[in-house]
Amino acid sequence: MPSSIISVILLSAFVILLAYPLGKYLSKVFKGEKNFMDFLTPFENFIFKVISVDPASQMSWKENMKAMLRINLIFYFWAYIILALQGSISFLNPAAIANMEATLAFNTAISFVTNTNLQHYSGETGLSYFSQLLVIGFLQFVSAATGIAAMLVLMKGLVVKNSQSLGNFYVYFVKSITRLLLPLSIIVAVILLFNGVPQTLQAPEKITNLEGEKVTIATGPVASVVAIKQVGTNGGGFFGTNSAHPFENANFVTNLVETSAIIIIPVALVFMVGFYLNRKKLGWVFFTVMVVMLSLFIFSAVALELSGNPQLAKMGLSQPQGNMEGKETRFGSELSALWGVLTTSTSNGSVNSMHDSHTPLAGAVYMFDMMVNAVFGGVGVGFLNFFLYVVIGVFISGLMVGRTPELLGKKIEAREVKIASLVILFQPLIVLPMTAIAAYIAKTTPDIGWLNNPGYHGFSEMLYEFTSAFANNGSGFEGLGDNTAFWNISTGLVMLVARFIPIIGPVAIAGSLAAKKSVPESEGSLKIDSAIFGVVLLGVIFIVVGLSFLPALALGPVAEYFSM
Amino acid sequence: MKKKLSNKLFTKELVLEASIASFKKLNPRHLVKNPVMFTVLIGTVIMVAETFMSFAGYQTGEGSFYNLSIMILLLLTVLFANFAEAIAEARGKAQAATLRNTRENTEAHKIDEQGRITSVISSALKKGEMFVVVAGEVIPNDGEIVEGIASIDESAITGESAPVIREAGTDHSGVIGGTKVLSDRIVVRVTSNQGDSFLDKMIALVEGANRQKTPNEIALTILLASFTIIFLLVVITLQPFSMYVGAVVTIPALISLFVCLIPTTIGGLLSAIGIAGMDRALRANVIAKSGKAVENAGDIDVVLLDKTGTITIGNRRATNIYPVNGFDSQQLFAYCALSSLGDPTPEGKSIIELTRQLAPAMNVDTKSYDRVIPFSAEQRMSGIDLTDGVKIRKGANDAMKKWASVDTEAEYTRISVEVDEIAANGGTPIVVGKDNKTIGIIQLEDIIKPGITERFARMRKMGVKTVMVTGDNPLTAKYIAKHAGVDDYIAEAKPEDKMNYILKEQSEGKLVAMMGDGTNDAPALAQADVGVAMNSGTQAAKEAANMVDLDSDPTKLLEVIEIGKQLLITRGNVTTFSIVNDVAKYFAIVPAMFAASIPGMAVLNVMGLKTPQSAILSAVIFNALIIPALIPIALRGVKYKPIGADALLVRNLLIYGLGGLIAPFIGIKLIDMCLSFLF
Repeated sequence: MPSSIISVILLSAFVILLAYPLGKYLSKVFKGEKNFMDFLTPFENFIFKVISVDPASQMSWKENMKAMLRINLIFYFWAYIILALQGSISFLNPAAIANMEATLAFNTAISFVTNTNLQHYSGETGLSYFSQLLVIGFLQFVSAATGIAAMLVLMKGLVVKNSQSLGNFYVYFVKSITRLLLPLSIIVAVILLFNGVPQTLQAPEKITNLEGEKVTIATGPVASVVAIKQVGTNGGGFFGTNSAHPFENANFVTNLVETSAIIIIPVALVFMVGFYLNRKKLGWVFFTVMVVMLSLFIFSAVALELSGNPQLAKMGLSQPQGNMEGKETRFGSELSALWGVLTTSTSNGSVNSMHDSHTPLAGAVYMFDMMVNAVFGGVGVGFLNFFLYVVIGVFISGLMVGRTPELLGKKIEAREVKIASLVILFQPLIVLPMTAIAAYIAKTTPDIGWLNNPGYHGFSEMLYEFTSAFANNGSGFEGLGDNTAFWNISTGLVMLVARFIPIIGPVAIAGSLAAKKSVPESEGSLKIDSAIFGVVLLGVIFIVVGLSFLPALALGPVAEYFSM
Repeated sequence: MKKKLSNKLFTKELVLEASIASFKKLNPRHLVKNPVMFTVLIGTVIMVAETFMSFAGYQTGEGSFYNLSIMILLLLTVLFANFAEAIAEARGKAQAATLRNTRENTEAHKIDEQGRITSVISSALKKGEMFVVVAGEVIPNDGEIVEGIASIDESAITGESAPVIREAGTDHSGVIGGTKVLSDRIVVRVTSNQGDSFLDKMIALVEGANRQKTPNEIALTILLASFTIIFLLVVITLQPFSMYVGAVVTIPALISLFVCLIPTTIGGLLSAIGIAGMDRALRANVIAKSGKAVENAGDIDVVLLDKTGTITIGNRRATNIYPVNGFDSQQLFAYCALSSLGDPTPEGKSIIELTRQLAPAMNVDTKSYDRVIPFSAEQRMSGIDLTDGVKIRKGANDAMKKWASVDTEAEYTRISVEVDEIAANGGTPIVVGKDNKTIGIIQLEDIIKPGITERFARMRKMGVKTVMVTGDNPLTAKYIAKHAGVDDYIAEAKPEDKMNYILKEQSEGKLVAMMGDGTNDAPALAQADVGVAMNSGTQAAKEAANMVDLDSDPTKLLEVIEIGKQLLITRGNVTTFSIVNDVAKYFAIVPAMFAASIPGMAVLNVMGLKTPQSAILSAVIFNALIIPALIPIALRGVKYKPIGADALLVRNLLIYGLGGLIAPFIGIKLIDMCLSFLF
């Protein structure tokens, strides 16, 4: 076995080992139980005082969602105004970066508010340090905290009975930052710093290289932004090439740390479900379902990348490193494919290689992964998405055993099924027509200049872009010239609706479940913390997502691969 | 007469009736209620246009006969779905008609307030009016006896040949139209207008006129509609997608893909499954007032069952008489017999019988009494005063304790020990006393119905808790509960105890079912999630319940629960089957669609289907044929096995999940082979 594959396995074991206690700790934090970080309480109470929130007050699911929308609207205006006016602020702008164009600022502000971090600009030339810190850095914290807080509203809804009180969004939000995102980012940033990732407010360095050319070396407060980028499933890189850039991801060690940082909170949150509901076995079932999918994706992507480019193989060229196009030699095929799967699973969207250049079927794996968007998924929101599949799975299997379906003792009825189906339906409803419109425009206006690649691959690039925007992932098939009004506005709107509707839907289900009486389990009721229910979940996910997107994938990456 | 209606699924008449109805149901106003099939109808209409255009020489991308075949197949798909619904309705109607035939117009003797009797036809009787029936006449309408007692032959409805006794003012005062009075004369008050009786309501439910979708059915329809919209999007966007990559797709291919993908199998069978559930209830001689009631039955967590008649056979019988305080046993037997003379209950009669067996030579002077003391609820004892001044009483131990003032404390303790021992062994002790002194104890015993313990074990496997309701003392109740295998019991039950028990279980989120017949039971029947009233019961009970059992069989509840479960399971499994079928259909149609433009796609033709046309035709044929193929399952229901939820899920996933995944691969391949053989 190649050592790189061993490191893939070791890395996974390492992440699980860290995520399990972290999940336990998070359950304590959000249940308000004693934990070792309680020394922060006075600081948090001070914040609550400043924003005038009573941490003991409880809100209904609707009030919680209104609170979420309210603060996110403020974040959006904050981001848009700074980005659009950054050139006028001379403070922290040593490279004299200009104002951002209106549609790009719209796209970027939404992108970071929604935890997507789709970047239609390059950080080196597009953002001042002021924007990098107060828009990019700041939003990466609050958007991650928004997702986690929404998930906790759902969790609360699953434990209460006959109640409208689903906790307090602001409390969950603040604690996500103080007790989780900040401490973890500090740890990651420090490790990155020691491995040569810069953290400075100095202007880019202009040097003359050995060949006598004058070059500008972009730098800045990189380590702090990269840390939260990885930890909060954000993915918005400091530089255009993201974690393929040596200043973002310097060496093997930083790559290991950044890879683990992508997945650690999403995994910990799944374990938290088990601890929070006091049903550890259920936590393990959910974890196993996700791990099975993740392993399948990792195995396929690594195998496909290692097998190299079929066209080169046909020419009789040996590719011992696998398909190295668009990859950093210091990471190689395996670690690039691993990153690719993890970043698309978790809606992170940072990259350490160019996905556009991966083999077509590996690209299909990444797209499928984003279409599922619940293989651990984005912080908080991953589980919200997964929860929809749980509702549908419980509904179908409940019928199969002859009982009105129950989830954790609450009956799943028309209202819950309606919300879950509508939210699941929402993805093909947005992604397919948007891609169709783009395909139509690209076909009928050949000189529009969006695509470097025509045919199947060009189609894949457009499909990937909308899938990524919908999944709030933010990675891209970078062959697409996406900084145009069409792409800025269309993906901006997609990110916006695809962020909040899939949050509000599951929380609404939780609100409706919370108001119900709880039915005690009997021998006739289906146990969802069982292996067989895990199988049902896998089936539901693969069937629902597969049936929705198989023809599109067939015309893009699959047709490309088989026509190579 | 009794439901000897053929149990065969398809008889000539039924098939003919259903076939005609299938065409009538093509009416868009009817079909729009079923969104899945409605979209197939739209697809058919588009294909009609395509076919005409291709015959007229316009270019549609496919041959005219190919278009025609697709059009016919789509029409068949809709017709098959209509047929499934129609045959379920026809079966239900036939079943209901046999019951309805019992109430053809007969002559009725209406009686007004002044007591004048007029002859009218039965259909002219209105709710609240009264009529008289005498021996030998057929009861013209459903009603409640307000005066008199009669023995009635109900075999026309229930199939039970032994006559039943119905009496005014008791819990057995209900009579059914179409049954025959064998003896005596009764005055009956009409309880429902013609066309408004339970049976009429049930017939309307089966015929679909009043059938409302149950909550589960609504939820499922929403899910299926979402799938339909997803596939609509998939198919519509496929056109610009293929245009961009330079592939050509034709409208017939897109419509075929769409129809194959949308869940037509479950969409076509959904209402048939619902109707068949009602029909199965009717076949079990249970009239459900709504489909929801049948479905709720499948969800029941707790069942309240009356001990007598359900768990034990009929009434208690005296099995032993023990003298106490050294009283002479022969004398005791005689007193027991005497004290039971005025006791008309079966228990009283069994005591007399027992004394005859124990002392055959005994000669009881049946004329030697002065006064009979009937049983009263306050005294809780009965007895007799003899002409020689001797007072004999018998009753429950605690009541008799107060009366037996002569007993010493030590004597009483000894008696209590014996009483408790009888009770602990499942007997009911009746204490007998003479002149305020205890002289003996009669042991009454219940006989547990054979086979009932197995039924309760089955209920437990289904996750249903059984609760026995009895007037017995706690010790006896406990013994019988243990031996019959029920999970809980309510002893010394008063009518409000049932109600309280139901409320308590419901507050914990459980669904409760009960069966009852008396007016006392009405509030509890109304409160229960599933209340089954016996047909022999009072009108109040029948009004309060959501099902009426024509057989008045107390164990019917257990059958009803299984029918409810079967209904849900059938629906769930056909849904799963229908959706996983799509995988194979994708593998048939997608490579066929792009075979010409994207040769590489041939790799996906895993079934090795002959030509693109035959592949698409095979998928559409399979999609149409699977509906009639599953009609028997829809009508009979998927077999329910009480093996626990997890095991059942594994089993059904293997059969309908995995089976549904594999079956179309085989089916489509076979059809393709036939097609390539034929053409």
